[in-house]
Amino acid sequence: MGSATTNTTSSSTADTTGDAAGTGGVLLEVTGLRKHFPIKRGIIFQKQVGLVKAVDGLNFTVRRGETFGLVGESGCGKSTTGRLLTRLLRPTDGQIVLNGQDISYLPQRQVRPIRRDMQMIFQDPFSSLNPRHTVGSIVGAPFRLQRVETEGGIKRAVQELLELVGLNPEHYNRYPHEFSGGQAQRIGIARALALRPKLMVCDEPVSALDVSIRAQIINLLQDLQEEFDLTYVFIAHDLSVVRHISDRVAVMYLGHIVELGEARQIYQHPLHPYTHALLSAIPISDPDVDQARERILLTGDVPSPLNPPSGCPFRTRCWKAQDICRTERPPLAEKATGHQVACHFPEDRALIPASDR
Amino acid sequence: MAVPVGVPERQAPGPTTAAAGGRVEGRSLPQMAWRRLRRDRAAMAGLGVVSALVLIAIFAPVLTWLNGYSPTQFNPGAIDPALGGVPKGPLGGIGAEHWLGVEPKSGRDIFSRLVYGARVSLLISVGATGVAVVLGTVFGIVAGYVGGWADAVIGRTMDVLLSFPSLIFMIALVAMLPNANRPLLLIVVIGFFGWSYVGRIVRGQTISLAQREFVEAARALGASTRYIVFRELLPNLAGPILVVATLTIPTYIAVEAALSFLGVGVKPPTPSWGQMLSDAVDWYQVIPSYFVLPGLCLFITVLSFNLLGDGLRDAIEPRGDGS
Repeated sequence: MGSATTNTTSSSTADTTGDAAGTGGVLLEVTGLRKHFPIKRGIIFQKQVGLVKAVDGLNFTVRRGETFGLVGESGCGKSTTGRLLTRLLRPTDGQIVLNGQDISYLPQRQVRPIRRDMQMIFQDPFSSLNPRHTVGSIVGAPFRLQRVETEGGIKRAVQELLELVGLNPEHYNRYPHEFSGGQAQRIGIARALALRPKLMVCDEPVSALDVSIRAQIINLLQDLQEEFDLTYVFIAHDLSVVRHISDRVAVMYLGHIVELGEARQIYQHPLHPYTHALLSAIPISDPDVDQARERILLTGDVPSPLNPPSGCPFRTRCWKAQDICRTERPPLAEKATGHQVACHFPEDRALIPASDR
Repeated sequence: MAVPVGVPERQAPGPTTAAAGGRVEGRSLPQMAWRRLRRDRAAMAGLGVVSALVLIAIFAPVLTWLNGYSPTQFNPGAIDPALGGVPKGPLGGIGAEHWLGVEPKSGRDIFSRLVYGARVSLLISVGATGVAVVLGTVFGIVAGYVGGWADAVIGRTMDVLLSFPSLIFMIALVAMLPNANRPLLLIVVIGFFGWSYVGRIVRGQTISLAQREFVEAARALGASTRYIVFRELLPNLAGPILVVATLTIPTYIAVEAALSFLGVGVKPPTPSWGQMLSDAVDWYQVIPSYFVLPGLCLFITVLSFNLLGDGLRDAIEPRGDGS
């Protein structure tokens, strides 16, 4: 793969201010982040009939150059979190500090220039590409929208990007429907990469893809990370995908982080029962080991975020639930260096056999 | 930990890339729709008739020059005053002189009047469709994309317009302004009462498009609302709008004919198919051709537009979803 070929002539101001702010290794800092969606009834005179607490108090930091995995079942608020981080949504409460700058409540007009530093890769590769635009127009849009001049013109920059993500630059004039899912996702990656962002939020980038294609896309993302010093927030609904790419992992349940730690800690010394359940669902390469090992099958569905359970959000499906779980929500507390868990009865259980670690 | 590499991805998928690396020009959705449309015989027949009709309307003066009779010219020689103005000759005077016969009493040439009637029909129906499409697209996008309060207000307005007895209202309105420019008034009135059909479809399509991730991707790149509406949404709405427009034109041709039939359409010296039908009612037993000819013109026109519209819909949305 070629080196960084696109030179952005406009100097990135956020770059200098960010480094000057002395945040050191931290690129993104999230404190007390909340997003509540009111449910309204009525046409003109609306009244609120409910409140979905999609994200309810998140605290985490993402270091420069690392991959931060965000894992949880559908409906746990992980995609909402991704959209809050890129300010596609406005938080209800809390703070998002990117590169030393508080972007939590900036109006869209002021977020616009910052968007060069944060980009997003979407779940559905086809839905994320406008069927009426050519690949050239899609991948070239970032330059036009951010008025970034490129050496040798936009077309050349786009073709270099296409080559970088493993596509044929000759396909410049093709339309999205002429590509396979994996190729379409590469187009989305090229678009997100165009302005050389610092933070890339990947919202389940491989969930919609063929299993055979997933590894290729993940490898591509890893190569790009190395080459361009990217920081990823990698959202996924199961731990097996995140496992290969993540440095640290946060497990979400019903709008809360229930466990957060280094990937090694999460996979080898999981503490939260929900993490145990997720880990026991990971397929294991050796069928004999896979047959013999302990399986944790969760019963029931995620409770409605409209009416979340009292105390610990996971207690309705937890086999260890006691009275205290109903009355008191366990705080996210540090149990080992960098390993936090929100459970009254944490327990270290090895669920992934050593051979598969 | 190494990630296992799966089966290599196919380099050149899709039907257009049989020769890998050979063709690099993509095939756009409109191009594909046109290919599908060309295979639809009914739609192509509709397109043929519609094209012919447009040519007839455009070249109406040439056609009447060939025939030698202006549509408003009285020809007393062609009728028999002794019989109360019945055209001379069989079948309402059809012959080499008057190709499709003449009107009773006035002796005006029916061919010339039909040809000019096509002009009036197309002008008013296309004009009114234009008004409806512009209003419907603007309000539909605002309702669908902005949502909330705007959607509530526009949605209610559309409901009111849809449940309105618009024909009665149109008759009243035209009657209230007897000296207005009739074709223009008809265009505005029909278009105004019709935009809610277009608006409803555009609103629905906009809502479904706005939820697609490419709109979010554009926002994530810092696109303005203007950019999203004009560059991301409108190109995707063009197909459905074209389909509704094509299906709206025949409806408005019928509305114009109905209004003219009822005497509140185009004013008498100007010919219109509906007006001719109205005049023919008194004569259908004596001269059936006078009644049949404008009726046939209306029927073929409306049918052709509908065939074309249905074909377009199938070609643009092959799964038959939406509009």
